[in-house]
Formats: sequence, C-alpha cells, structure tokens
Amino acid sequence: MKLKRTFSEISLLTITLALFVIMYGAGVLFYGFRISTFLNLFNDNAYLIVATTGIFFVLLTGGIDISIGSVVAFTCVFSAWLLEKGFSAGFVIPLVLLIGLAFGSLQGFLIVKFDLQPFIVTLAGLFFMRALCSVISKAAIAIKNPFYLKVALAKIRFTLGRQHPKIYFYALFAVAVVLGTAFILKFTKFGRTVYAVGGSEQSASLMGLPVKRTRVMVYGLSGFCASLGGVIYSLYTLAGYSLQNVGMELDAISSAVIGGTLLTGGVGSIFGAAIGVLIQGLIQTVVTYQNLNTWWTKVTVAALLCLFIIIQRAMSVNGEKARKNRLIKAA
Amino acid sequence: MKSGILLDMKNICKEYPGVQALDNVPFQLEAGEIHALLGENGAGKSTLIKVLTGAESLTSGAVFLNGKSVRVKNPLQAQHMGISTVYQEVNLCPNLSVSENIHIGREPRTRYGLIDWKTMESRSRELLAGFDLDIDVIRALDNYSVAVQQMVAIARSCDISARILILDEPTSSLTDTEVDKLFSVMRRLRDEGMGIIFVTHFLDQVYQVCDRITVLRNGRYICTENTKALDKVSLVGRMIGKDYSELSGSRTSREETGDKDILMDVRGLYKSGTISPLNLSLRQGEILGFGGLLGSGRSEAARVIFGADRPDGGDLSLEGEPALFKTPLEGIRAGLAFCPEERKVEGIVGELSIRDNIMLALQAKKGMTKPLDPDEVDRLTRKYIELLQIKTPDEHQTVKNLSGGNQQKVILARWLATDPRILILDEPTRGIDVGTKAEIQKIMISLADGGMSVVFISSEIDEMMRCCERMVVLKDRAVVCELSGETLTESRVMQSIAGKGE
Repeated sequence: MKLKRTFSEISLLTITLALFVIMYGAGVLFYGFRISTFLNLFNDNAYLIVATTGIFFVLLTGGIDISIGSVVAFTCVFSAWLLEKGFSAGFVIPLVLLIGLAFGSLQGFLIVKFDLQPFIVTLAGLFFMRALCSVISKAAIAIKNPFYLKVALAKIRFTLGRQHPKIYFYALFAVAVVLGTAFILKFTKFGRTVYAVGGSEQSASLMGLPVKRTRVMVYGLSGFCASLGGVIYSLYTLAGYSLQNVGMELDAISSAVIGGTLLTGGVGSIFGAAIGVLIQGLIQTVVTYQNLNTWWTKVTVAALLCLFIIIQRAMSVNGEKARKNRLIKAA
Repeated sequence: MKSGILLDMKNICKEYPGVQALDNVPFQLEAGEIHALLGENGAGKSTLIKVLTGAESLTSGAVFLNGKSVRVKNPLQAQHMGISTVYQEVNLCPNLSVSENIHIGREPRTRYGLIDWKTMESRSRELLAGFDLDIDVIRALDNYSVAVQQMVAIARSCDISARILILDEPTSSLTDTEVDKLFSVMRRLRDEGMGIIFVTHFLDQVYQVCDRITVLRNGRYICTENTKALDKVSLVGRMIGKDYSELSGSRTSREETGDKDILMDVRGLYKSGTISPLNLSLRQGEILGFGGLLGSGRSEAARVIFGADRPDGGDLSLEGEPALFKTPLEGIRAGLAFCPEERKVEGIVGELSIRDNIMLALQAKKGMTKPLDPDEVDRLTRKYIELLQIKTPDEHQTVKNLSGGNQQKVILARWLATDPRILILDEPTRGIDVGTKAEIQKIMISLADGGMSVVFISSEIDEMMRCCERMVVLKDRAVVCELSGETLTESRVMQSIAGKGE
C-alpha cells in the first residue's frame, strides 16, 4: 500500500529529479562540470523559472497561457524605453509589474466571463504584446540605468578551493519565488482551490469553491510572473529588444511537463517544474560544451517531452487498470 | 423513526421546449425515512431531482422545506439549505486526497490562517471510522473504488450537516458487499433522523431498504405507497402503466410464423461488469424484443452483439458462420445496423444535413477512402425521406431543426441505406409523439415482413406486445427467460421482470 502510493503519486517528480541528477552526474564525469556550472543554471535561467512558475498555476487549472513570452519581451522593451526616457527604476519596475498583472487578469476575465478558449485569448494576447514591442521600438535599447546595473551585478561569491562560483541576487530571487509558490499551493485556500479546479471544475463549484475567481486569478498571476521574469531578463541582458524570447512560453510549458505537470490539470509540483527548467538549461550547457549546433537543445528537449508524455500516459492507464482489477476482484 | 414532514413539493411543473417533463407532481419526504423514487425512462425522476437541487428551475409549483417556502437557485444553495446529492458519477475531485475532498472549502486553519493538514486528516479519519471505512485518507481519491468514493461523498454531505440526502442511482456500479455497506450507512442515517431520497432501478434493493415508494410515469405522479403495502408485481405495473389485475392472459401480439431459419445465434457472449453470458437466437424476418426495466442490461446486450462494446468472450454466428464483432464497423460490414438509445448523443450529427446524416453509415460501410456516387446518395436520400415520411422541406435541412420523431426517422434511414440484414432498435419511439410512434412501429413490421430481422428494445410493454413475435426478458444484466407463442403475454412478461417467472 505505502509503496504503491510512492509510485503513483510522487514518481513523476522522482523521475524528473533522477533525470536531472543523472544528467548532471554525467556532466561532471565527461565534461568536468563544477559547482559553478550548477549555479549558472540558476543564473542563466532565473527569468524562465519565474515565468514557468506563473504558467504553472494556469496549467494546474487545466488552462494554458501562451502570451507569456510576449509579456516578458514587452516588459523588457517598455522598461528599457522608459529608463532611456529618464524615468527612475523605482517607478518603472512597479509599473511594468502592474501592467503584467492587469494584462493577465484581463485575459483571465475574458476567458472566464465569456467562456472562451484560453488558447485563443492568450494567442491574441501574444500578438498584441509582441506588436506593442515593435510599436515602442524596433531597435534594441540598451539599459544604462545605474540601479539596474547595480542590481544586475549584485551576487554572492564563494570560495571553494581554487573555484570561485557565484550566484546572482536575481537567481536567488527566482528560488524564493519557487519556494513561495510551493507554500501558497500547499497551505492556502487559493492554492488548494487551484488543484481542485484542475481535478474537476464541476465538482469544485458544487463543493462551493470560488471557481471563476480562482481561474481569473491564475491568469493574473501568470501575467504578473511573466512581467517579473521580464524584469529579471532585463537585468540579465541589460537590454530590451522587440524580437527577444520568441517561443519562450513553449519552453515554460515543456519545463512544466518534464517536471510532471499534467496538461489536463490538477496534478503537478512546482519543484518538478523548476527542475524541468534546470534540465533544459543543462541540455543547453552540454550542447555548448560539445560545440554543437544550438538547435540540438530543442531536439533533445523534444525527445524528453515525448518520453515524459508517454510515461504519464502509461501511469494513468496503469492506474485505471488497477482500479478496474480491484472492482472485478471485489465482484 | 421520527416523523414530521421535512420536504414538501407541491404541483411541480417543469416544461422544456415542446416537452412537459413534470406535470403537477407532488412529493413529500419525512424525516427519518428512506424514500424510493421510481419510474422508467422519461418518467421525470431526474428532472424532479434537478428541480429540487436547483440544477434546473421549476416552471411552476412550490417547494416547502420544514414548512417554509423556498426557491432553490443552484446546487450550492441547496447544500446550504441542507440538501445534498450523491450522484452515480461522484462529484468530488479525483486528484485531491480523501481528507481534502471531505474538507475543501472549510479546511481547519492553524492560528496563522494556514491550512492545518494534521487536524484535517485526523478529523477525516474519525469521520470515516463512523462509516466503518478504514482507508488511508492521505491518498488521492482516485486510488479508491467508486464505492469508497461514494461513501466519502456521503460522509462529506453528513459532515456539512445535510438533512436531506439524495442518492441518485448510487448502486449501479457497486458490488453486493458494497451495496450492503451502503445500505447499513443509509439505515443508520435514517435512524438519526435524516430524510433520504433513493433513486434506483433495482427493485430488490427498494424492498431491502426503503420505507416508502413514489412512482412517476411520463412526467406524472402515479402513487406514493408504503413499501410493505405494495408488492413487486403491482409496483412494476405502476411503473410501466399496466395494472396487473386488468392484464389479459391472452396474446395480443403478432402471430409467430412457425419455423423460420435462424439467422444469428449468440452463445455465451459476455462483457464483464456489463452483461452476463447471453444465449439467444434471432430468426430470419422476425421481430425479437428485449424486455426488462431500465438498467436490466437490454441496451448493453444489444451493444455487445453489434460490437459497440467489445465483448470479453463468447460466440456469435451469422448463418452458421462464426462472426464476432469487436468494433461497430465489423458489425456494419456484416450487415448489422444499430440505432442507439440516446439519439442526440450517440446517433445524430445535428449540424449536418439530412442527406449527410443518412450517408454516414453508408460511407463507413464502404470504406472511408472510397467516394460515394453523389447521384446514388441523392436517390437513396429521397427514397427514404419518402418511404419514412420524414417531414422536411428538402434533404439539405440541418437535422437539429427537425422534431424528435423525424430525427429518429433520419437515423433509421441512415441504417436502412446500408441495406442491413439485422436491425437493432434501442428505444426508437422514446420521446416522440404518438403518431410518429405508430408510424415507426408500422415501418418496423413491414421491414420484418420483407425479410429483415429486427431486435426491438422498448420500455413500453404495449408496443413490445404489438410488434414482437418473441421476447427475451432481462433482469440484473442477464437473460431470465425467453417468451414466445402462448407464453408471450403481458402478465408473463411482468412476472419475469418482477422476478417471479416460471
């Protein structure tokens, strides 16, 4: 009994974690990965971790939000443009976060109020935000704001023998976002409602849970996290460009799936999703070490996605079979 | 038993466009009783439940709860009033743990306002112990059987202090031991003063556990009786609209025309959990009835024969040649045709035209890649519109705009276009007007006279008697007897259904 639970409910996360450990171990053996390689996974993918966290809420309810790549890009371009105009960081950052939150909530409102397909609504959102980027500026804008420069370079440096690994503040911030999300999902009514809605929307509303409000809120959160990811990305690159992060929403979705999130909703762990991001980062690192065409990253990710979807499917089919067997045995 | 009227529904009417689903129906529930709500297809049971739980609004009538007039707007409000419903399809979240399903929306909190998982789990364990259920409450609900899930749903209802519990066909997918367990819980809740409405189509269970019975038929109230005062045969009579004492013992059906060749022979065909091994034969040019109450397995038997449900084992032979259909397409290719019961769900494609609907099965039979000759299709369409007297301006009318009777005729035309040897009709006359009903019966008889073999399923004993030459009666998902010739009388059919055959 106990063993069985471990298998069916935790194993997706375990598989993801094991995959990461194995890949990293292989990296250490064959490419001489160091602590810094590990920390750089966070440094380089902090923005994606934060954006994935946002979309993870939406995926848990069984919805989807493909606008987040554009929201990230818009946040970068718009803040770079505002900063160039001389606005202060203390004004720009809250403003772009607010825009992300409002934009996500608006999408959620449309989806819930008019019972629209999330895919179509957020596709419109994707076009809208991407187009706004180009309206603001077609050329890349560099960020020279002193506050941004300072925060971008803020880091903790360790000394381990002859190694000097470092982790940036914004990477630590991304980790904090993940921990906060885990807390919200486990210990608040909102978090549990998100899972319930994903499990069965009809049941959730019959049990008296605020289904509609929750669904609007997850899209709001997704937009907010996307703009937060955008702020981190502008710290990471110190620039804003209208064609950046094209297709990033798909990276976020695939990270969540590799991390064990069911796209039908109701099942998934934020740690899994975050590890999913790290796995993609790891593949990228290996491809760079090997000096391969960078598209090999996508080839590998595609293979992994297939693998995970098949595993998920096999597990749910197994579950159904087991249930059926129990029924027959009982009869 | 405590008494006192808990729920009083008066003159309940519910109209859907074109249909009077409930016509002046009264219903009373006392505290501390288990009250069976019975009726055949289309009797209005589920509509009455929906009105009571607020899933549908009533057209006219009044509902009194503890003497106070109430208007239930939605299921959530019904719950707040103390009316909880447990459906056959459990309305809980399968991905959440058992304890969370019991407590979600009203979780115990720690002093920081966070969810207190420990308290929640220990409370759940205590609650379920009261239901004699010792399960791991931390595991996700979908690890457990439907029986356990229903028990959890009932426990949740009780925990939010329901006074009226509606069980809507809860036993359909339960095993005997699970049913017993459910019944003992029901009895306990009754003794604590709860009023329980029990909807089922298993008559034996009604007699095991219910105090009173209310019967509905065709949206009308028939009677409310003490279970002890109503024997099974008269109950069946009330349900299908025939009083046993008025029944003639004589044959009213068509004469059986002696020794026709056996066309299809079914030996031991079964699907576990759906239908017990079937033995029956179908002769050339006869109409064979599948009798029995709703849920007796008559539709399931038809589905297994046709290949709509894949049989687990057994033999089927067609003209002496072994033939077992694993998919509907195999059935179609062998010359079978099946008009399913739920024509809206399983039969009609409402958005397509009459012509396209008719050609669907023909195309499937011929193969998806082989084009049909458009002139041929036009000819067939016109032929069947005329033959079946489908009332429509032209063959390009979308089917959803037709009346129920005409939709049924379109499905019939679809299958007739494939030129079948065996036609299976599952409740072809349900929910359509009397005139069209008679037309469809006539068509069926003339088809049989033309040499086609017809399997006919209906809840109305009258039309079964009129049309069938032979009848197999099913009960509890198995054939209980086969009637023909002298033995095929209404009284024999009813006795068999009530379980007093032979």
